[in-house]
Amino acid sequence: MSRWNKALCAMALVLAANQAWAQHSGIGRAATPAEIAAWDTDVRGDFKGLPPGSGSVSHGEVVWEAKCASCHGSFGESNQFFPPLIGGVTAEDIRTGRVAGLAKGGEQRSTVMKLSKISTLWDYINRAMPWQAPKTLTADEVYALTAYILHQGNIVPGSFVLSDKNMAEVQARLPNRNGMTRKHGLWETRGKPDVKAVACMRNCGPEPRITSQLPDHAAGSHGDLVEQYRLFGPVRMAALPVASAVPAAAPAVVSDPGRSLADKNGCLACHAPKQRTIGPALAEIASKYRGDSGAESRLVAKVRAGGQGVWGTTPMPPFQNLQEQDLRAMVQWILKAE
Amino acid sequence: MAQGDPAILQLPAHSTGLGQPVAARGYGKPSEYEKNLQRRESPGLTRVSQSSVAFAPLQGLFGIITPNGLHFERHHQGWWDIDPRQHRLMLHGLVREAKVYTMDDLMRLPSVSRIHFIECGANSGMEWANVAVPTVQYSHGMLSCCEFTGVRLATLLEHCGADVKKGRYILAEGADGSGLTRTIGMERALDDVIVAWAMNGECLRPENGYPLRLVVPGVQGVSWVKWLRRLEVGDQPWDTREEALHYIDLMPDGLHRQYSSVQECKSVITTPSGGQVLLNKGQYNVTGLAWSGRGRIRRVDVSVDGGRNWKTARLETPVLPKALTRFNMAWNWDGRPAILQSRAIDDTGYVQPKIAQLRAVRGTRSIYHNNAIQSWLVAASGEVSNVQVE
Ligand code: HEC
Ligand code: HEC
Repeated sequence: MSRWNKALCAMALVLAANQAWAQHSGIGRAATPAEIAAWDTDVRGDFKGLPPGSGSVSHGEVVWEAKCASCHGSFGESNQFFPPLIGGVTAEDIRTGRVAGLAKGGEQRSTVMKLSKISTLWDYINRAMPWQAPKTLTADEVYALTAYILHQGNIVPGSFVLSDKNMAEVQARLPNRNGMTRKHGLWETRGKPDVKAVACMRNCGPEPRITSQLPDHAAGSHGDLVEQYRLFGPVRMAALPVASAVPAAAPAVVSDPGRSLADKNGCLACHAPKQRTIGPALAEIASKYRGDSGAESRLVAKVRAGGQGVWGTTPMPPFQNLQEQDLRAMVQWILKAE
Repeated sequence: MAQGDPAILQLPAHSTGLGQPVAARGYGKPSEYEKNLQRRESPGLTRVSQSSVAFAPLQGLFGIITPNGLHFERHHQGWWDIDPRQHRLMLHGLVREAKVYTMDDLMRLPSVSRIHFIECGANSGMEWANVAVPTVQYSHGMLSCCEFTGVRLATLLEHCGADVKKGRYILAEGADGSGLTRTIGMERALDDVIVAWAMNGECLRPENGYPLRLVVPGVQGVSWVKWLRRLEVGDQPWDTREEALHYIDLMPDGLHRQYSSVQECKSVITTPSGGQVLLNKGQYNVTGLAWSGRGRIRRVDVSVDGGRNWKTARLETPVLPKALTRFNMAWNWDGRPAILQSRAIDDTGYVQPKIAQLRAVRGTRSIYHNNAIQSWLVAASGEVSNVQVE
């Protein structure tokens, strides 16, 4: 074989190899219909994927009490795990398909206030709830729970039975069905921005005025900042009031196990020694319950379950995984605070 | 100090003794002295820690790459360490042949490695109305940047014979309890989306989707589906919870924008930044990060007088599309109060806006996509705090 021919042969081989590569033959295999059915449970806005089935509001109430109420409250009103599912919609909203309350400021936005597609709710409950045991509900249970939530939101009557046949009717009653837009420039890379700034370089605008600063009560909200940055370099973290209230070095004092547990379990992120931050100050808690012999057990239960209302509307999250003896040690330590 | 610095004059133990052996730690760890740099939750932001966020400590990071152990975290139903030998990816819907891939299959395909930022759509979301948090970790820390390795989604779509004319959308779904789902447009899917198994030279961390996640450059983090198990090609968007009920932007008239996805051009000074204190007058290196979901950073300007006068900062290479870009500027602090700001411009010519300009269009309640210029007030005491200015 001439040199030229050899080179051609080699090239042909390389080309053939490239060809085989481009097809990626032998990689992956066909999915079976049963496999696709096992995973493809999604339900789209046009109800593609919705399985046959039905469920009544009253059946929904039973399932709700058994599987959902512990976290979301009996009526879906609870704020403990997640903002309320219901509330904030009116009969007028159902008529217009726009929740008027969303145009106002402030108040909490519940799920039914925002919901624009009934399929979104159905699909989400089916794939993700109950939170600690998702994908364990039957289709009928999902219909029943969806009906129950819609009833709590005053969208369907108590006698209602929701099914794959009447989902579209309910869709036509959703309070915020007309409340969404896709007309904006933030979906695609080439979309047109809605805000246009210019890059002025010199003597731009009037003298700047400070319009917002960290409120005093939030100063210690994120714990001791000194412990959140390295201890060398030209800038350091500044010590905050919370940090300075704890004596920096006190090696002679034997550390209370309750204190180190509270530190380890993140309680001190919300509870400072003397000032109210996200939660009440430790000293405030101690003085409120001084002389109350039953307080210790009640507070242990409260911390385990979380809750709100004693000190304000901000909830304390639940701490269900803590050992009884650890909880008790922490509460005992808190009750000694001065 | 008569004779000199004791750190020089008195030889320390590490100069006069024997150190640790090799492989004392099979997987290396940062120095003991760096233990303060941790990802952290923002107290009170979320109610349960399995559906929560841990913010990356941007104030202590250098360059553009986020160390894997400090990458921000956001899960909806807790994280799992999934056995890769049992993990499958299914691709179906409007395709010639629905397919199942094992990790072995995927890793035989031609792979790419690309550096991209990931930012949660809700980053800086607590500050639409007012200042709410003390440090850059909590104001901007739902941001990270890695070199991701995986197979282009376009390669897989072609392999299955996706109908890219009719199939204008793709649904991506995670294998965790939340089964998180997001719709991605076909144009984007065929462009730069990656089905990734590695970050920064090692396999993904479990908290970041081990063994497989979607990388959707320039788009908010929720679309980067972790523990990716399923991709479906369809002719309509799906309206799943994370695109129709959450990650929607509330406008002043009560209308919500859905499918807002692009992370627009943004920057932030990471040092000096909120909560820090300048130890004395003199020279400092003002440093920070800039990024754009629409492309490459063209320029970053820095102001020390609250936005009246600006100087263009130095960009460090590499300057890559849809990746973090590091900027630096030397600054001589004269001891008087100053307000530090940075302003990024991307290669589409878009200029990072002031918070007042964003509010004029979107109000203060949208939660998502706050890409406003950040202001840090340096007091005469050297203490730096988070402020908003107009
Ligand atoms: C162990 C506590 C818990 C239980 C039990 C539970 N949930 Fe939830 N639920 C949550 C949490 C936490 C979220 C928010 C998850 C997230 O952040 O992604 C949530 C979210 C939801 C949402 C979405 C609300 C929205 O606006 O996005 C719905 C609907 C819901 N749950 C319904 C149910 C139903 C129906 C059940 C009973 C079958 C149930 N939940 C049981 C904790 C729970
Ligand atoms: C995310 C913030 C947060 C964390 C973390 C937190 N708490 Fe609380 N805590 C609160 C709030 C808010 C309240 C007030 C609740 C109320 O008004 O009923 C509170 C109240 C309390 C009370 C008083 C309850 C009463 O009814 O008077 C105790 C005791 C307490 N917390 C202990 C703890 C312990 C122990 C931990 C750690 C295991 C902890 N907290 C962690 C926010 C928090």
